[in-house]
Amino acid sequence: MNSGALRRLYGLLRKESLQIWRDPSALAIAFVLPAVLLLIFGYGVTLDARNVPIALVVQKPSAISSSFTSQFSHSPFFRPQRFLTIQGAERAMAAHAVQGIVWLPSDFARRAEAGGNAPIGVIVSGVDANTARIIEGYVQQVWATWLTARAKAAGGGSALPFSVQPQVRFNPAVDSRDYLVPGLIAMIMTLTGALLTALVIAREWERGTMEALMVTRVAINEILLAKLIPYFVLGMGGMAGSVAIAVFLFGEPLQGSIWVLTATSALFMLAALGMGLLISGFARNQFVAGQIAIITTFLPAFILSGFVFDINSMPRVVQIVTHVVAARYFVVILQSVFLAGDVWSVILPNALALLVMAAIFLGLARGTARKRLD
Amino acid sequence: MIRQIMALIVKEMLAVLRDAKSRMVLIGPPLIQLLVFGYAATFDLNHVPVAIYDQDPSQASRELVAQFLGAPTFRLVAMLRSPSRIDELIDSRQVQLVLVIDRRFTRDLLTGPPAPLQAIVDGRNSNTALLIEGYANTILNDFSLSWSAAHGRPAPPAVLDMRARFNPTLRSRWFIVPGIVALLTQVVTLLVVGLSVAREREAGTFDQLLVTPMRPIDILLGKGLPGLLIGLFEASVIIAAAVLWFKVPLRGGLLPLYLGLVLFVTAVTGIGLAISALAATQQQALLGAFLFMVPSIILSGFATPIANMPVWVQDLTLINPMRYFLAIVRSVFLEEASVDALAGQYWPMALIAVASLATAGWLFRKRVT
Amino acid sequence: MPAGSPTGHAPQPALSLADVRHTFRAGKRVLTALDGITAEAARGAVTGLIGPDGAGKTTLMRLIAGLLRIDAGRIEVLGIDVARNPLAVQARLGYMPQRFGLYEDLSVAENLDLYADLQGVPRGERTTRYAELLRMTGLASFTARMAGRLSGGMKQKLGLACTLVHPPDLLLLDEPTVGVDPVSRRELWQIIDHLTREAHMTVVFSTAYLDEAERCDSVLLIHEGRLLGHGKPGQFTAEMAGRSFFATASLGRRRLQARLAQAPGVIDAVIQGSRVRVVRAEATPPVAAGLVAEAPDLVLIPTPPRFEDSFVARLRALDTTPAPPPSATVALPPTTPQMPSGDVIAIAHLTRRFGTFVAVDDVSFTVARGEIFGLLGANGAGKSTTFRMLCGLLPPSAGTLRVAGFDLRTAAAPARGRIGYMAQKFSLYGDLSVAQNLRFFSSAYRLRGARQRARIAWAETEFELGARRDATARDLPLGFKQRLALACALMHEPEILFLDEPTSGVDPLARREFWRRINALAEAGVTVLVTTHFMEEAEYCDRLVIMAQGKVLAAGEPEAIKRAARTEARPDPTMEDAFIAVIGSPRQPAHAA
Repeated sequence: MNSGALRRLYGLLRKESLQIWRDPSALAIAFVLPAVLLLIFGYGVTLDARNVPIALVVQKPSAISSSFTSQFSHSPFFRPQRFLTIQGAERAMAAHAVQGIVWLPSDFARRAEAGGNAPIGVIVSGVDANTARIIEGYVQQVWATWLTARAKAAGGGSALPFSVQPQVRFNPAVDSRDYLVPGLIAMIMTLTGALLTALVIAREWERGTMEALMVTRVAINEILLAKLIPYFVLGMGGMAGSVAIAVFLFGEPLQGSIWVLTATSALFMLAALGMGLLISGFARNQFVAGQIAIITTFLPAFILSGFVFDINSMPRVVQIVTHVVAARYFVVILQSVFLAGDVWSVILPNALALLVMAAIFLGLARGTARKRLD
Repeated sequence: MIRQIMALIVKEMLAVLRDAKSRMVLIGPPLIQLLVFGYAATFDLNHVPVAIYDQDPSQASRELVAQFLGAPTFRLVAMLRSPSRIDELIDSRQVQLVLVIDRRFTRDLLTGPPAPLQAIVDGRNSNTALLIEGYANTILNDFSLSWSAAHGRPAPPAVLDMRARFNPTLRSRWFIVPGIVALLTQVVTLLVVGLSVAREREAGTFDQLLVTPMRPIDILLGKGLPGLLIGLFEASVIIAAAVLWFKVPLRGGLLPLYLGLVLFVTAVTGIGLAISALAATQQQALLGAFLFMVPSIILSGFATPIANMPVWVQDLTLINPMRYFLAIVRSVFLEEASVDALAGQYWPMALIAVASLATAGWLFRKRVT
Repeated sequence: MPAGSPTGHAPQPALSLADVRHTFRAGKRVLTALDGITAEAARGAVTGLIGPDGAGKTTLMRLIAGLLRIDAGRIEVLGIDVARNPLAVQARLGYMPQRFGLYEDLSVAENLDLYADLQGVPRGERTTRYAELLRMTGLASFTARMAGRLSGGMKQKLGLACTLVHPPDLLLLDEPTVGVDPVSRRELWQIIDHLTREAHMTVVFSTAYLDEAERCDSVLLIHEGRLLGHGKPGQFTAEMAGRSFFATASLGRRRLQARLAQAPGVIDAVIQGSRVRVVRAEATPPVAAGLVAEAPDLVLIPTPPRFEDSFVARLRALDTTPAPPPSATVALPPTTPQMPSGDVIAIAHLTRRFGTFVAVDDVSFTVARGEIFGLLGANGAGKSTTFRMLCGLLPPSAGTLRVAGFDLRTAAAPARGRIGYMAQKFSLYGDLSVAQNLRFFSSAYRLRGARQRARIAWAETEFELGARRDATARDLPLGFKQRLALACALMHEPEILFLDEPTSGVDPLARREFWRRINALAEAGVTVLVTTHFMEEAEYCDRLVIMAQGKVLAAGEPEAIKRAARTEARPDPTMEDAFIAVIGSPRQPAHAA
């Protein structure tokens, strides 16, 4: 690059920085929006059910029934309410006052003492299927604990032939915030990289300044670089701010190294910027650019990246589609770096994928950019 | 008056339907979102990759493994011969669960203490981890009960008989798809109403409207009603798609559903009109709609239950109309809820609708006249 | 017609266009923007690209600058083929796009720095270059101000300075004078004169203002993508020699104009002050006898031809449609006006502030019934703000205003039914068809049943919209948009008509037709308030005010305002001369070193 090109690039960079500095909406998208999103997600979004209201129906109290129900009172997962009849409990569930019913029928004690296998009715409301599953899991735990405690008290062998010892790696408390907050950083960087970049370039088209730039000696590479560099810096700044909030406000563990985080973020940022530049190539007003950016980058990053919904559980076709979503690779890296550490077997292939995506998007953006209006 | 408002409504509908860009807003994004959410947004577990390390290959352990892999939930990636690869498989996310069968498994199974089984779960996605644990427990408990019965071990005093009301197979699509009705109705109504005044301001026709004998209230109604109609139409289409395409059962009546829908769309229209009154350009209107929409969706219970949120956030959701409509759609679809049962959801929404329309009217008066 | 004949005979022209064609795709339709333009521009000269909006001026500019791909034909700039080597052309070109290409959130100095960096001006040379440009443009004391906060005229000059940081060989200016006040226009022309005469730069300049043609060395007259004429401005006017006259008669100027426009052998008749300017199809002696039966005392005085005369003559030659029908039907009897005789519009000490900025500063005037009243001024002079307050769209900060006895802001809705309003840029519902627009606006004005149908039918006949009733308003040609906008404003037969910049961008024939209708309305007793930045249009007004920086600088009849500007050197000043005289002598001598 000769000195003329460097001077032109310098001039454009200086202009872009001044504009970012003076435009409140750019700073808002880069810094305020991430903070707001992090706070809403950090506090508002959790899949962990605690203190689930549950109905306990004991039709004929006995020693054995109370030994079972007392387990629920001690569990942090449940907030039991007692009902005398199953009808009353059903009404409470219909009114959404309880989310599940544990029902010990009147012959419970007799059958339990006689031959065993006395049925305990467990009815959960399946409307929210995910919460229903989690509640079922909790009830099973309570039941297993109760069986073990009884066996120990009786001094005899266990009622169950074997015991499962669960061991949850990386997130022993099974706290959903610990996995949602790192993933959110990918959303935020998508906003700055793709949405903001597409919007500012569309603004240049709208205001006619792009037309004036195009007739100067500036080369198309210089125009692209002059957009890439400042928004890269801005996006990385937003990333640093988000990581700081995650670590210091929400107490997220950062098991991996900051260097791995920075390097992979840079790769993702390049891919996001590539998408933003590509969109701005054909959307020349902010309205259209905003719509396309949200539909093609933000929405997939949200739904198809494994950020909330597990990719393994999606239909095969959708799983294939997720491979073109750059955020998918980055979310995996983020969750590992935050919760597991520098796991190279995760980081390397996914970083390579990010590199390829960045190269493809930037290449396409460069290939479709013309120093012309049509 | 009525004729003027009618003329405005007709004009508004024509403007939306004749403009390719508006048509796209109404058809494109909702369709994409319906498909993406309907198919991709699922909490069900399918083909979870697992590895099994069987230190005690025997008849009993083979039976256990067969039962474990019989369900579509789990997909075997590797049978391990040594513990060395466990960490690697979990760390690199090649498997999400490793089941370790202890060397004393068969011996303990037949005699003394409970035979140890270890389930190592990747906790990076904590929700998946919890669900895997639950699935694994269910399968293993079933196995142990049937094994006990077959080998004459004493039966446990009690067993769980688990049933899910309203959604027996606990399909999360039945939860997500009715939610999309609320989500897309809100998005479309808000965009149509929120952008309508800004579009006229940009085109310069708004001034022209204001110098006609129409009163601000006529204009407000003329702008709001088309949004209401389009919102109702859009919702009906998605309800039809939910029932006919995604096969979600619609158990309740249309009356409780549409009563909620009308109240919801009215409340959203009021919010859209308020955004419209404040925004000078379509750009600003879009930003305003986005700023309202993101928190309102997240804090509605669409993907994550409100009950799990901290108390102060739960209180905040009380002013979010989507929260109530979401409860109504799901109850009507799956629980066959009646108008009476949903009264507690209707009146807060009606209150919000009145408040938002009054605010919009006030802003309108203040900003445009 | 000497189309295509080169004007200069320099060894190699700065710009040569050979059969340039360009089409655009708009949905399924293909629009021809340029249809075989062949012309040249001589080195060191000012070439004007002149034509109404939509003529294809901007497309041609962009093709020359290498910003669009040419469909057919060839463009050479300084001997270089633009299609082959756009970068080489761009290195020697200066181009100012329509909105000046400025970054509004950068200061004057920062904009200059940016373009200096982009054009590769060495740092050492900048200080002297900037000083020279700032002196030439009069911006020296505003270097720290944000470009967005400059007035229209200052933005225009900053845009020019930015394209000149590195002196180009060919300077392209796309409509640099739109919305700029006459003083700034005059200053811009002085700069251009300096650049061509002393720095030997070649300038190509596009404009919709026909009077600017006379300042160019050579003119390309473009209409609907075709070249109507190419030559020295003198050639255009020379063709018209002996064909233009001032007509006076006791009939009254509006009636006289209407009759003359219908008279045989007359191709143009426009009101100018108290007289009517007539252009005849052939050069004839000033014999008035028998031209207009109703005006036996008609007198014709010869007057020198203008550029516009030749444009109108060429358009009339192209226009094969018969002359518009006599304007009898336009004269709608206003529904028994119960107007208190005398002033229909009265404003006193009207003031409007936005924060600390005073947009309208203590403005007072009155308008009588049946009068055409003009608000004249550049963009930002405060005329639109005054206009919006009169229509009740904006509350005044201080002062009183009455329209038909009401303050429209607080008046009941029926009061608004007595006014008609035509917004800037002919604001219509672009997605609706012509018929749907008419139907909507008639309903908005509470017409119904038979009367509504009758008015829609009237509009379709009177404005010749019937054939296009199902066309989408956005796709109409500009002249038809203007007609439709006026038709919508007249659906309810208003007593008062507000017109905001009603003719900007339309061609001279459409403008004439528009004023013919407005004159007929005024004759029928409708009061008309019109804003414009076209100085010539002031001639149509009975009375007018000239505004600048929120203040009324002059008020009265056009003739009186012009008379006040009469000097020794200028015995017959134009409206623009009068405007400049009113505003004060040019603020800054524009002569640079």
